[in-house]
Formats: sequence, structure tokens, C-alpha cells
Amino acid sequence: MERIEVLKTYKLYIGGQFPRTESGRYYALTNKQGATIANVCLASRKDFRNAVVAARGAFAGWSSRSGYNRSQILYRIAEMMEGRKQQLVDELLLQGISKSSATKQVETGIDHWVYFAGWCDKYQQVFSAVNPVQSSHFNFSVPEPTGVVVAIASQDSPLVSVIDLIAAAIAGGNTIIVLASSKYPLCAITLGEIIATSDVSGGVVNILTGKPEELLGQFASHMDVNALVLPEIANDLLTKAKLEGANNVKRVHHYKNTNWERGDFLQPYPIMDLQEIKTTWHPIEQIGSSGSKY
Amino acid sequence: MSKRVNKINVTELDFSSVWSYAASPESTDHIKIAPRYEHFINGEFVRPTSGKYFKTINPTSEAALSELAQGNDKDVDKAVKAARKAYTEVWSKMSGAERGKYLYRIARMIQERSREFAVIESMDGGKPIRESRDIDIPLVAAHFFYYAGWADKLEFAFPGKSVAPIGVCGQIIPWNFPLLMAAWKLAPALACGNTVVLKPAETTSLTAMKLAEVIRDCGLPPGVVNIVTGDGVAGAAIVNHPDVDKIAFTGSTDVGKIIQRATAGTDKRLTLELGGKAAHIIFDDAPLDQAVEGIINGIFFNQGHVCCAGSRLFIQESVHDKVIRKLKDRMNTLVVGDPLDKNTDVGAINSAEQLGKINHYLKLGVKEGAEIWQSSCAIPRKGYFCKPTLFLKASQSHRIVQEEIFGPVLAVQSFRTIEEVIEKANNTPFGLSAGVWTDKGSRIFNLTTKLRAGVVWANTYNKFDPTSPFGGYKESGFGREGGLHGLSAYLKF
Repeated sequence: MERIEVLKTYKLYIGGQFPRTESGRYYALTNKQGATIANVCLASRKDFRNAVVAARGAFAGWSSRSGYNRSQILYRIAEMMEGRKQQLVDELLLQGISKSSATKQVETGIDHWVYFAGWCDKYQQVFSAVNPVQSSHFNFSVPEPTGVVVAIASQDSPLVSVIDLIAAAIAGGNTIIVLASSKYPLCAITLGEIIATSDVSGGVVNILTGKPEELLGQFASHMDVNALVLPEIANDLLTKAKLEGANNVKRVHHYKNTNWERGDFLQPYPIMDLQEIKTTWHPIEQIGSSGSKY
Repeated sequence: MSKRVNKINVTELDFSSVWSYAASPESTDHIKIAPRYEHFINGEFVRPTSGKYFKTINPTSEAALSELAQGNDKDVDKAVKAARKAYTEVWSKMSGAERGKYLYRIARMIQERSREFAVIESMDGGKPIRESRDIDIPLVAAHFFYYAGWADKLEFAFPGKSVAPIGVCGQIIPWNFPLLMAAWKLAPALACGNTVVLKPAETTSLTAMKLAEVIRDCGLPPGVVNIVTGDGVAGAAIVNHPDVDKIAFTGSTDVGKIIQRATAGTDKRLTLELGGKAAHIIFDDAPLDQAVEGIINGIFFNQGHVCCAGSRLFIQESVHDKVIRKLKDRMNTLVVGDPLDKNTDVGAINSAEQLGKINHYLKLGVKEGAEIWQSSCAIPRKGYFCKPTLFLKASQSHRIVQEEIFGPVLAVQSFRTIEEVIEKANNTPFGLSAGVWTDKGSRIFNLTTKLRAGVVWANTYNKFDPTSPFGGYKESGFGREGGLHGLSAYLKF
């Protein structure tokens, strides 16, 4: 007799846990033939707010880790993902993506983790400065993470866009809540499982499934969110996000026509978009002609 | 055993009854202020379409100094058209080296006319001549000089990127550092190849109009810099003009949010430098006399009209009483009065409106239960003046602790542990600046890393330099002005 397969329940990833949505709502994901593949959580405002609490709680710890440590953790995600490659390919196939594309997406995704892992302890050097001020002070500027970031993944790049968005944020020490593609949500949740077993502390990465049009207003108006990354959102929704986002002067980033699989995001600039420049001054005792001035 | 008591500064310092400073006013004989100033559009001084003018008041004498053109959307439209034409036909085509030479000329001419600029700045805005002469105007020239040199080196600033100017920039600046803010906005914008429509603050437009003379005399091509004076109507017209590619604003957080909303549905780029409520932290091992100088400079510099003012003082409990005693002594020596007098430490409050706002907070602080203490100095009967003020025993929930007062008013709290003070310091929607005084290097770096603010002064305060990026975290805005980082606000990648 043929063995009965154990089907997977796809849940949210919040604060290192995999809860179902508190709302009990779901939407049915179907294949081309119309058969149900999975019942996907329709995350609510409350789920999102819980995720922000988790992300804010994780921020101090994650942002104070050394670049080297973050680098190793991102590399660890690549290692874990490599081991679960077949599962991700299968899930993409299940959602109707072609075999060649599925394999390519997964392999590209793994390589992007390795790429961003390398930046964790390098972007600071490229974008910092020691500033030659006139007075007798030592003055330097360094990037620091913006804080809690919320991103909406590309609908048609269900894996690589999620990886790029998460990696750019966390490589730079931010914590993030990402809303998966509602068309192809499954591998984002599996990615959450990979992240959960890669020494990333709970709350650093949070993954929701649901409807962008339903959640965007909550994302934009939340007063403890520092930045929104909305790469491919429709203009009217972007406007809405910026309007609501002004309530706490959110940084809102939009990346038009990004080809994720081609590697458009493979630069330090998406990391820098989620950084603030901090400048520090300290007097220097008796150097220079201008003298030390407290 | 008898308890040992360390008495500190038992005798109160009393300077004023022994001797006083002789008046030492800066001469205004050579200053030429025209009875009326027009907009500066397309290289010419043009009348406002409304035909209306508004008076600019000297906050020391309360008398009108001159009148300025009241700008509206039609004036702004003219200015934007001129800026667009200059951008497409001249400025974006010019080599960086040539653009730089114009900026060097501006820097030099400001140096030549620096005394005139300093005196007018103090007359129109109320800041002490010592500050306008030694800080504002030298920094203005230095800013143009610094960015002039970037104009032909932009390809080296951002690795892996080719850069281009954005286009027409609308720039709206505040009244606290009138000419310096104009320089912070204009210099990087022009160096990067953009053209500009600038609106100075309503109460302090005179030095901007004098700058227009410099720009004209430097031979800058017409339309590259346009200056439209007026109130919020002109500002809104700039923000909402469809042919403006970028808005740069310095001012209050409330107006910043309005601007962010106004640009929401557009492709306009935006940088905001908004309000602050900086924590100024004094540890028990700090050099206390120097720290007191830092506190004074932090909150009474420019009458406290400074977005990065150290307006929340945190003193470690073990030295609280000692620091307060020293601070009160020092505050009693501050000379408050005529901005043009070279002895003056604290000048005039910029406008009657601002004085009203500060007085409102003084009442509010008392009502909230904080203990008010004011310097014993005399203040002139005429003009807008405010005594340097402390609020002792303030607490986190007080509005005088949470809200930006923008005046010579310092809210004092004490703390015991580092964790406590970091928590308190960061517990504000703002994040522009912070200060920390301690003798311990490792503690400085601990603090400077954990304070969520764009500028951190350690064992110093309120220092500025063209090479040093300035700007906020959180609701203090985004984008940086100054230094290499200041270029990215005016470039397309």
C-alpha cells in the first residue's frame, strides 16, 4: 500500500515561533488545476503588531553583534538553505513554477545569502569617514541601523526578493518583518524555518503571509516602525504608505523594476538605505593651530 | 564620629555688584539696508506679483528694518521656470570644475563682506554678534569653499555608482541660522549641478537677500539660484510645484511631516532636518567645570534656538547638586542683552511669536510641577528677551521634557546608572543630537554607540564643520548635510 504523505501546515514566523494567525483567517492556495495546495494564514493587524514587538525587542541584541558574527550567521543561513534546497524547489514546483526556474531561484537565493554575508563587516568601512574638521576635534561618521524595517516582497519573486530584502536589512543590523508574496507564499515560510535554525535570534526576522492591500495601512501607520521597503507596490498604495508613514517620519524606499534573480539588489546601497549616519566629536588635546576648545 | 560635610561654593559669585561691562556695541554705520527688497529671480530683483510686502523686525528694538516681497505661487512658478531653464541650458551642462569656481567666488566674496553679513544677521535675527561674527559667517564661507572642491570630484564619492544632478531643488530654511542654513542648502546643491529655488524664513530674510547680491556679483548664470521671500504660502507653493524635483527642508517636525505628506504622491526626493530634544549627559567623573561650559554652550548658544540644543540635562546623582550649583553660578554671569554688543552672551529671542511660545512653556513647566530657576540678570525692557532658565526636578513625562521649546530653557533630571540614562535619553521621538561628559574613554564609546542620535558630542557640544555630516534619526528627519555624506541628497545614482 502506498504511504500517506504528511502534509505541512504553513504558519507565520514571529519572534522565533511559528504561530497560526491569531485571527484564525486563511486563504486557500490552489494549483493550476484548482486543487488546494495549502491553507495559508491571512495575517492580521494583531499578528503584525506582535511581530513589531518581537522585532523591536530583538533590535538591541542584533544591532550590537559584531559584523563578523552577523556575517557568519548569514553564511549559516546559506548552509542551511543548501541542505533544504530540494524542499524549496519542490514547493516552487507545487506552486506552478517551472523546474528550471525553481532550481535557478533556489540556487540564486543561496548565493545571495553568501553575497550579503560578506557585506556585514565591510559596508561600514566603505561608507564611514573621518572628517577633517577645522577645530581640534576627532570627528568620525559611521553608519548605524535604522531600526525596525517592514518590507513587502515582490509578488513574482517569491524567494529571491524575500532573501534580498531580509539580507540587506539584517546584514546592516536592522530587524525586519516581511510580508511574503501572496501568490507564492510557501517557500517564504520554509525560509523562516531555515532562518530559525541558523542562529538568528528570535524576532530578528519575522515573516507574515497575507494581503498587502489589507496590511499596508497598518505597516505605514505603526509608530514603532522606522522604515518601509516597498519595492514593487502600486503607485496609489505607495502614496498611501508615504502619507501614513509621515506620522513618525518613516523612511520609505521604493525600488522600481528590480530584477531580483538577475542580482539587481547585489550592492551595498540597499544596506545603506536602511542605515543612519552618526557623527561623533571628541576634543583632541593641543593639536593644530586652532587649539583645543571644549 | 562626626559626619564630614563637603561644602561647595559656599559664597555665591556676584559679579554685577562689583563691576559691570562697559557697552561695546558693534558699529552699524557702514551697514546698508535698503527700505525694500524684491525677490531674486533669474538673476534680477523683481517685484512680487501680489505687489505686497511684509516688514522684517529687529527683535532688539522691535522696529522694522526693511520690507520684503510677499511671495505667492505665481512668484514661485516664475522662479521654478527660471531654475529649470538655467538647469537645462547652462548649469547641468557646465563642467564640475567651472561650477566649483563659481562656488569658490561666492565663498571668497562672503569672506570679504563678512562683517556686514554678521552685523545684519544680528540685527535681523537677534543673535549675539560674537556668534554671527565668529561662528555663523565663517562657517558660511567655509561651507561654500568645502563644497566648491567637490564639484569636479563627484565620481569619487560613491563607489560603483555613476552620479548625476537631480534637477531643480526647492529649499526651505529656518530662522535660527539664516545665512548658515542657506549655505548648507545651496553649496552642496550647486556643487552637484542642481539649480535652486530658496525660501528664507519670514523673520530672517535680509542676509539671504544680501547673499543674492553676492550671487549676482559673482556672475553666477541667471536662474541658477532664485530666492523667493514670504511665509508658509510661498513655502507650500515650492513644495507643491510639479516641476520641482527635490525638496530640502529644515524646520520643525510638525511642518516636516506636512511636507512629507505633501510629497507623498510625487516623485520628488526629500530630505528633512527637523526638531530635536537632545540629551546632555554628565557623569560623575566628568571634568565638571568644562562640562558646565558645555551645558551653557549646549542650551544658551543662539538663545537656545538650535535644533540640536542640549535641552534635556541628565546629571549623575552623586554630582547633581554640585553641578547645579556651578551651573547657576555660571548662568548668573551670562550677559543677556543687545545682540550687537560684543559682551553679549545671550541675545534677543527671534520674534514676538517665539517669545510667546517660550513663555507658554515656562508657565507650563511650573504647572507640571518642575522647579523653575532663572538667571538673576537684568533684561532690556524693550525687545524680545528671555532669562536663561532651568527647570529642576523635571520628569520624563513633562511636556517641557518631551517637546522642543527652542529657547534658553533647560530641563534637568538626575540618574544613577548608565542603563537608566540611556533609556531616558532615547525615550523621545526625536534623535538629532546628544552630548556626553565623562573622563572614561570606554564609557564614551558605549554611550555614543547606544544613543540614537545623528550627532553625538563627547566632552564638547554644539560644534559644526562643513566636513561633518549633520542630521537626524527617527522624527528628527532623514538625510545628512555636510561632508561627503551630504552630497547624496543632491545626486541621482
